Amino acid sequence: MKRKAIIEKIANIIFGVCAIVAIFAVCAITLYMFIKGTPALKEVGVFELLFGNVWKPTAANPSYGIAYIILASIVGTGFSVLIGVPIGLLTAVFLSELAAKKLSEVVRSAVELLAAIPSVIYGLLGLMVLNPLMYQLEKSIYAGDQAHQFTGGANMLSAIIVLAIMILPTVISVSTSSLKAVSDNLRAASLALGATKEQTIFKVVIPAAKSGILTGVVLGIGRALGEAMAINMVAGGAVNIPLPFNSVRTLTTQIVSEMGYSQGLHREVLFTVGLVLYVFIMIVNFILLKARKKEVAG
Amino acid sequence: MKKKLLFVVTAILLIAMTITGCSKNSGANQGDNVTEKTGSISLAGSTSMEKLCEAMSEVFMEKYDGITVTVEYTGSGAGLESLAAGSVDIGNSSRGLKEGESSKGLVENVVAIDGIAVIVDKNNNVTDIKSEDIAKIYTGEIKNWKELGGKDEAIVVIGREAGSGTRDAFEELMEVKDSCKYAQELDSTGAVLAKVAATPGAIGYVSIDVVDSTVIGVKLNGVEPTEEQILAGNYMLQRPFVMATKGEISEQNDLVKTWFDFIKSDEGKAVIEKVGLIIPQ
Repeated sequence: MKRKAIIEKIANIIFGVCAIVAIFAVCAITLYMFIKGTPALKEVGVFELLFGNVWKPTAANPSYGIAYIILASIVGTGFSVLIGVPIGLLTAVFLSELAAKKLSEVVRSAVELLAAIPSVIYGLLGLMVLNPLMYQLEKSIYAGDQAHQFTGGANMLSAIIVLAIMILPTVISVSTSSLKAVSDNLRAASLALGATKEQTIFKVVIPAAKSGILTGVVLGIGRALGEAMAINMVAGGAVNIPLPFNSVRTLTTQIVSEMGYSQGLHREVLFTVGLVLYVFIMIVNFILLKARKKEVAG
Repeated sequence: MKKKLLFVVTAILLIAMTITGCSKNSGANQGDNVTEKTGSISLAGSTSMEKLCEAMSEVFMEKYDGITVTVEYTGSGAGLESLAAGSVDIGNSSRGLKEGESSKGLVENVVAIDGIAVIVDKNNNVTDIKSEDIAKIYTGEIKNWKELGGKDEAIVVIGREAGSGTRDAFEELMEVKDSCKYAQELDSTGAVLAKVAATPGAIGYVSIDVVDSTVIGVKLNGVEPTEEQILAGNYMLQRPFVMATKGEISEQNDLVKTWFDFIKSDEGKAVIEKVGLIIPQ
């Protein structure tokens, strides 16, 4: 009896310590980002840093505006979600509502494989396949244009396409499971009222699975916002306005590419860039939390 | 019986290995003891020389256990100022000394030469470019190879990220500091090399030692980017890495002399080559 109690106690402590490790990590990271990220905000000036659009950290008169970088992250994430979510949602509808069991299995394993591919592979493919194609497109669109700077295909559009593919698995798997969770009674009722299968899917099933689908979208946004490796390889990396055929830099790639040799205020500003990214991710997670609560409540 | 034999053989092997291992160690220790010195050497200056200084001091401190080498990267001018003020032993500078600096008694010791090659893709037929044209390409004034007598192909201007030593050197030597308009900013030498090789019409710059057969290292004002041309002083995209001292090396303390002896030794030369620099003659 006594021995059992001791074992119980020890197990309790071990579980507690494990839980504390995760919480401690989150708190430490948050604290660290704020401590490291805020000095540059003060030194450069919040307005100049966040809304300035000239990034020349090593010039004689250095300028640390990251507005275009923030904008590139937002535009890249936004458009990749706009492309990725409809495709993902329709795939999920196909998987849960329409496909025969065997076909559904095949598609599902393909999606799972897509999720498991490391981002550097996406980047490599983008670099070797997508960029040359983009350059052809760029050449035909801007033929004879004197003002345009040719980027060799490494541009915002490439980044958006790569991101859209990368968020697909997240959107598909979360949406599929929430569509499947919709009660069959609803489908039967809709069909009994004379609605077609398509009407049932779009008017009944999808609205019923709304909050689950939203969770998938928000997770996709988080993934797109935080992706660094693939974007670093396909987006060109010069700081520009995020137009489709401009070479751009996002919050993540900004840190990856300049941390190596930066120093002094330049390095501090990179930590601030990290802080901005962290705040964005926190907002995304907060929305996710709200969506999940609604799901439970509804 | 068999088991016993196996045990004996294993035991013998183990003992043999231990003995040879020990003898090797003691040999190395003896070598170190001969050159035992203690103290510290302080360097300050050029940020571009970080790679060289880190590699050099690491190997140096491994050989001389008692000597600590500290390097601060404050910029060439600031480093030489600290040297003149006497707060450091050596001032690092990635340019030759100016007259005002030499007149303060600082002596220029060139330890390595940094050479940069301008590269274009294999199919480009423009292989000799004037340096002012390269400057114009990088500032966005020239946008098509046909303006330089080549094909009708847009120029894709590729460079390194802010903070890179190669970018710093290139922009400084080309006198295009902070006015470059890059189409792509990549964060490693290898990436620049690969991108230029893969993109038609691309131009980029890399350390001279990494240029390979996948790209063309263009001639600059008719001069090929080779080690010989750099040492002869004909190739303009080069800069000296100076470790300046106050007074000649022979007037310095023992530790500083040891440092310079080490740089000039074969081990030191190996380090210089390893970080992609050229050994001065």
